[in-house]
Amino acid sequence: MSATFLQMAIVFLVAALIAVPLAKRLGLGSVLGYLIAGVVIGPSILGFIGEEGEDIMHASEFGVVMMLFLIGLELNPQSFWRMRKLIMGLGGAQVLFTTLLIFPIFYLLFRFSIQASLIVAISFALSSTAIVLQTLKEKGLSDSPAGKASFAVLLLQDIAVIPVLAIMPLLAPAASSGEAESSSVWSVLFSLGALGVLIVAGRFAVNPFLRLIAKTRMPELFTAAALFIVVGVAYLMYLAGISAALGAFVAGVLLANSEFRHELESDVEPFKGLLLGLFFTAVGSTINFNLIAENLLMISTIVALVIFIKSAVLLLLGYRFKLSFVQVSVFAVMLSQVGEFAFILLSGSSQLGIMDAYQSEICIAVTTITMAISPIMIFVNEKFIAPKVIGVDQAPEVPADTIEEKNKVIIAGFGHYGSTIGRFLRANGVPATILDYDSERVGFLRKMGFKVYFGDATKHELLIAAGAHDAKLLICALDSEEKSILLAELASKHLPHLKLFIRTKHRFHSYELMKNGQERTYRESLHSSVFMGVDVLHELGMRNYTATRKAQEFIKYDEQAMQRLVHHYGSGDQYIISAREEIELQERLLSEDVRFINNSEDNAWDSEEMRDAARKANEVK
Amino acid sequence: MKRILLLLAHPRLEDSQVNFQMIQSVKALDFVTIRDLYELYPDFDIDISAEKELLLQHDVIIWHHPIYWYSCPPLMKQWIDLVLQYGWAYGKGGEALKDKLIFNAVSAGGSKEVYQHNGRNRFTINEFLRPFEQTALLCKMIYLPPFVVHQSNIADAKYCSSFGEEYARLLKELSEGKQHHEALLQRSYLNIHQYEKAEL
Repeated sequence: MSATFLQMAIVFLVAALIAVPLAKRLGLGSVLGYLIAGVVIGPSILGFIGEEGEDIMHASEFGVVMMLFLIGLELNPQSFWRMRKLIMGLGGAQVLFTTLLIFPIFYLLFRFSIQASLIVAISFALSSTAIVLQTLKEKGLSDSPAGKASFAVLLLQDIAVIPVLAIMPLLAPAASSGEAESSSVWSVLFSLGALGVLIVAGRFAVNPFLRLIAKTRMPELFTAAALFIVVGVAYLMYLAGISAALGAFVAGVLLANSEFRHELESDVEPFKGLLLGLFFTAVGSTINFNLIAENLLMISTIVALVIFIKSAVLLLLGYRFKLSFVQVSVFAVMLSQVGEFAFILLSGSSQLGIMDAYQSEICIAVTTITMAISPIMIFVNEKFIAPKVIGVDQAPEVPADTIEEKNKVIIAGFGHYGSTIGRFLRANGVPATILDYDSERVGFLRKMGFKVYFGDATKHELLIAAGAHDAKLLICALDSEEKSILLAELASKHLPHLKLFIRTKHRFHSYELMKNGQERTYRESLHSSVFMGVDVLHELGMRNYTATRKAQEFIKYDEQAMQRLVHHYGSGDQYIISAREEIELQERLLSEDVRFINNSEDNAWDSEEMRDAARKANEVK
Repeated sequence: MKRILLLLAHPRLEDSQVNFQMIQSVKALDFVTIRDLYELYPDFDIDISAEKELLLQHDVIIWHHPIYWYSCPPLMKQWIDLVLQYGWAYGKGGEALKDKLIFNAVSAGGSKEVYQHNGRNRFTINEFLRPFEQTALLCKMIYLPPFVVHQSNIADAKYCSSFGEEYARLLKELSEGKQHHEALLQRSYLNIHQYEKAEL
C-alpha cells in the first residue's frame, strides 16, 4: 500500500511540476495548470489515476476550508462589518437572480423535477471560491474593486450553502421526509450552538492557547496547533451540519486581530496551496470524457447557457453597484464558473433521491467543464477584451479602505536593538511592522500600541504576510547570526526590492554578509565602544570636541578597513572561522591602524605647519 | 556689578597659546561665566534653554573665538542660529537681550596692517565682524568694538600674557561700569592701548 501511495504521490507531483509552470508561463494561471495535469493523468489519457480521483477530490476539498480560514484571517470583524452591504446586496442578488434564471432551463427544457431543478439551479448559481480567490491573488487583484465585489459574492454563496444543505432533506421524496423534518429543527439549534461555541472559543480561548504553545519555542508545534485549529473547527462544523468552509472563515475572522495572525497564515498557507492544487488536479482527473462525448449537445448547451446567464447577471449587478467597465468585465468573467460546492450539493441530492445518477453526472460534468473553461475566459478577457475597451492594461485601482495597514518599514527582531530603532523611528512618525519570535514580548508590546507580530522572520511566507511586497526596507535586528544571514539571503533572493539594513554582532558577522553582497551592515559594538573611548579620553584630559572628532574619524577609518580586509576573510564558504584565522585577521587590523595614526587629516586649525610659515614670513620682514 | 558671560568657541583651544592664556587670566574672576562651547557641545547639540537662561543672568556678553576664514568657527554660528530665537531675542516681543553689552574677542593670524583697505585682506577686522554687529543690533543690544589679538600664530609667552592681562583689566572695568559704553564706542578696538603703544 505504501508503494502505491508513493507512486500516486509521484504521479500527482510530477504532473503538477510540469503542467503548472507551463500554464503560468503561458499566462493562464495555476488553476488551469492543475486541471490539465489532472486530465493528463486521469483515465482518459494516461490512466494513472482511476476511480480514486473522486476520493482524492473529496479529501482535498479541505484546501477550500483552509483557504477560507486564511481569508478570514485577513479580514477582521470591523472590516467584515463594513462590507455587509456589498455581501448582502450584491451577493444576495447574484444568488437569487441566477437561481431564478437557471431554474426554468432544467424544469422546462430538460424536464427535471421541480426539486431537482431547484437544487441544480442553486448549485450552478454558486461560483468557485478556490478558483476565483487563487486567481485574484495570483493576478494581484484582491484589493481591486472587482476583487472586493467578487469576494463579497463568494462569501454570501458560502453562507447560502448552509440553508440549502439544511432544506435538502425536505426536498427528498416522501419516504424519508418525516424523519428529516424533526431532525432539521434540532440541527438548526445545534448549528447555532456550535457557532456560539466557535465565537466564544475564538475570542477567549485560542490566543492564550497559542501563547502557551509559542512559549515552547518549537515551530513545528505551532504548525500543529494551527492545523489543529482549522481541522478542529471543520470537525465542529461538520458535527453541527454547517459548512466547514464557513466555520473556518468565522474562526479566521475571530483570529484576525490576534498577534499570531501572521504566523498562523504562514503555517497554514503551504498546506492550503498543496491541497488546493491536489483538489484541482483531482477535478481534472474525474472529467468523464465518455459521458461528455455521449451527451455532447446537451452538456455544451447547458455550459453555454449557465456561463451566459451567470455572466449576464454579474454584469448587470456590477453596473448597478457602480463598478467601472474593466472592473465589471473582470468581475463577471471571474465568477462565471460553477464552484466546488456544486459537487457536494449534486452528489448529496443524488444520494437523497432528489435526482437520478445520470442527471447528477451530467451536472457534475457541466460543473467541471465550467471550472476548466474559466481560467481560459479570464485569460482571454484580460488579454483581449478589457485592454481593447480602455486601450491599455489598467493597473488595479487602489481601494479606499485597505484592509491592511501598509508600513514602509519591517523590523525583524524586537529585542534591545530592534526596539531601540523601532522606538526611534516611531518617535519620528515612521510606523514599522514588527516581527518577533518571543510571544511574551509580542503580547506586551501590542498592549503598548506597537504593531508587533509573532513569527519567524526567516520564513518567506511570514515576510509576505507582513507586507514585504509593499514595504520599502527591511531592518534585520535579529539576535542570531545564523538567522540574520539566512534572512539577508532570503530577502535579497526573493524580495530584491527591499533595502536591507542589517544589525551585526561583530566584524566577522559583517564580513560574512558583505561577502554575500550586503552593503548596509551595522556592527552593534562599534559606535558604543568608540564613544566610550571618547569619554575615556575626555576623562584623561583630552578636549571633548577633539575626542569626538577622533571618534568620528576612527569609525570612518574602521569602515574603510572593513572594506579592505573583507577580501582576506574566509577562503571557503563556511561561516565558522578558526581561532588562528581570527588572530590573523586581528593582526592585519592592528597593522592597518598605523595608517590611521599617521594619516590623520584633522589638522585644519592652528597647525604647526601654519605657524612655521608665519614665523618665517615674519623673520623675512 | 555687571555680570559677564564669555562664550568661547575654539575647536582646538589646547593648541592656541593666545586664547588659552586669555582664558586663564579671566577664569578666576567671579563675575565672569565661561561657556566653553566646543567642550560642552562636541556634537553641536546645543542646550538652547540653558544658554538662554545664562544670557538672562548676565549683562555683558562676549563672543570669544579665533578668526577662521574671516569669520567664527562653526559652533559659534550654530549657537547664534539656535539660541537667538525669534520672539525672544529679536522680532515680535523679542526683547530679552535689550540693552545688554556685547562684543567679539578674537584672535587673528594676520597683523593689523594686513587687515587694512590697502592690506592683503582688504578689509578691517571691524568690517569682517559686521554680521555680528548687525546681529547684536537686531537683538537691541549695544555692540562694542572688538577685542583683537593680531599675529596669534607667532605669539610668544610675553605677548600672550600681555594680552591676557589687558583682557582681564577690560573685563574688570566693564563689570565695575568704570567705562561708559558711549566712550568705548569711540574706539576701533577695545584693546586699543596695546596697538597705540606699539605705534607710538
